[in-house]
Amino acid sequence: MSLRKILAESRLVLIGVIIFVWTLIPIYHLFVMSITPRVETFAGAIWPSRPTLENYETVVKQGHYYLEHFWQQLWNSAFVAVMVSLITLTIAATATFAISRLRVRGGRLVSNMALATYLIPPAFLAIPMYKVMGVYGLLNTQWSLILTMVTFASPYAIWVLKQYADKLPYELDEAARIDGASPLQIFRLIYLPLMAPSLVAIGTYALLLAWNEYLYAFLLLSADKDITLAVALGHFLTTDDAPFNVLMATGAVYALPPAAVYYAFRRYMVSGLTAGAVKS
Amino acid sequence: MVAVLDVQAGEKAPGRLSQEAVWGLIFLVPYIVLFLTLVIYPVGYGLILGTNPKSYVRLWTDPVFVRTIVNTAIFLGVAVNIKLFLALLLSGFFVHEQRWIRWLSVIFILPWAIPSIPTILSFRWMLNAEWGMINSLIFRFTLEDGPNWLLDRWSGLGMICLVHIWKYLPFWTLIMLAGRLAIPKDLYESADVDGASGLQKFRYVTFPSMRNLYITCTLLSTIMSLGDFNSIYLLTGGGPADATQTLATLGIRYAFGMSEVEVGVSTVVVALPVMLPLLVVMLRRMKKGDQP
Repeated sequence: MSLRKILAESRLVLIGVIIFVWTLIPIYHLFVMSITPRVETFAGAIWPSRPTLENYETVVKQGHYYLEHFWQQLWNSAFVAVMVSLITLTIAATATFAISRLRVRGGRLVSNMALATYLIPPAFLAIPMYKVMGVYGLLNTQWSLILTMVTFASPYAIWVLKQYADKLPYELDEAARIDGASPLQIFRLIYLPLMAPSLVAIGTYALLLAWNEYLYAFLLLSADKDITLAVALGHFLTTDDAPFNVLMATGAVYALPPAAVYYAFRRYMVSGLTAGAVKS
Repeated sequence: MVAVLDVQAGEKAPGRLSQEAVWGLIFLVPYIVLFLTLVIYPVGYGLILGTNPKSYVRLWTDPVFVRTIVNTAIFLGVAVNIKLFLALLLSGFFVHEQRWIRWLSVIFILPWAIPSIPTILSFRWMLNAEWGMINSLIFRFTLEDGPNWLLDRWSGLGMICLVHIWKYLPFWTLIMLAGRLAIPKDLYESADVDGASGLQKFRYVTFPSMRNLYITCTLLSTIMSLGDFNSIYLLTGGGPADATQTLATLGIRYAFGMSEVEVGVSTVVVALPVMLPLLVVMLRRMKKGDQP
């Protein structure tokens, strides 16, 4: 290797180390605090003198006032995320099939509306959404959160799926039609299988969006048995003497499933989601 | 493209078209229902709640509000621009094909994939002036007390920007990386033949190819960051004494913290003169679609 190549490579390594440290600092801190015994909470040490799993034990055994419903809340998070993912997929897949493959009249208008909705910051719609959920009588039920997250996930889902749907060869549909296939059969036998990779990407996107949501979960749900884990974590903030180590252990447990899901479907996510944005 | 599609649609037999049109409408109904009940209705509801002139008098006479406008402008100006510029630079790093860089990119995406609440609370605790890890380290090495990171308006805003950049940099880097990978390789090859330096290649090849994408990303990220609630609420809670609120958190504070729902909505409505032009420009750019 020439000197110049070594120099270039070592410059890359230097940048790589900076990126590595920058990315992992808060995650490392989260982990260290979660294995720090309660008596050392305020030591601010880089590594605890006696690492322990007692905080995780507290979480799993629901051994703290804030965590009385931990397993229920973990289930709630999972239930909401899976429902949001399934409903978003259904709505977006049918809508893009109608717009892109059946070329329904007014389809362009609908896809433009969806795109405009994508550009509304969710936090800006929080107050009227809360009011409207009250009108529908859904406040304090998980369906209010599910439907809200579907509302915010489906515009992007439609935007991304439409771009993939537009690229499928139209001759496939034509051939199926000549064989006498109904639109429903084309949807089921041609559209869904061919769109599978981008459907996986969008399903994962909606799942993560819903699992990670804090603001709407915190506004729309209130009973301890209904709230998601995100809201339960937020409850720790309401007092000054909150057990932060237990909070961090809960946070680690809460962060693990989305990380795992992301890595499982990373292949689809990266190509699926960036395609939607890069087109612009 | 659009013209071609219309011609094809027109070529179909009339009988088929009607059956397909019916099915098309059926397939479109779920989204239309969702759109009417959970987009149009709340947006309309919000706009009506935001029509009370008294709310705006209340806002302009509240010193917190004026400060919040300044905070929001600083947050957007600083966080969005630094984030996207870093994303542009880092995309040039992740474009390398070494195996370890691939692995690093897998780790790099973590902040974006995992939920905000544990990581931002981790930042919050780490930056605690009395017992946080950062100030403990500062004390150990300098024997001086570190700064009150989150208990001062300016450093609080700085930390909010930092957390926001930490959280969203991976996503925008991915977008820029995809844009960079779309640049034809022969452009770089001919630049090599001409003996261009790395900086010249960035200046004359990379940057012109990425300019459109960069502008689109800036607009999109500005709109999205305007709605970033978590980075502020979970880190400083808008404090100390409402010194670090932005429009997204202040609206919620009025509506749910102080039961002034109309004022809360008006806080958001105030942003519309800035937001609507951005939205229109964005929509045009995203629909055009054939740009690099």
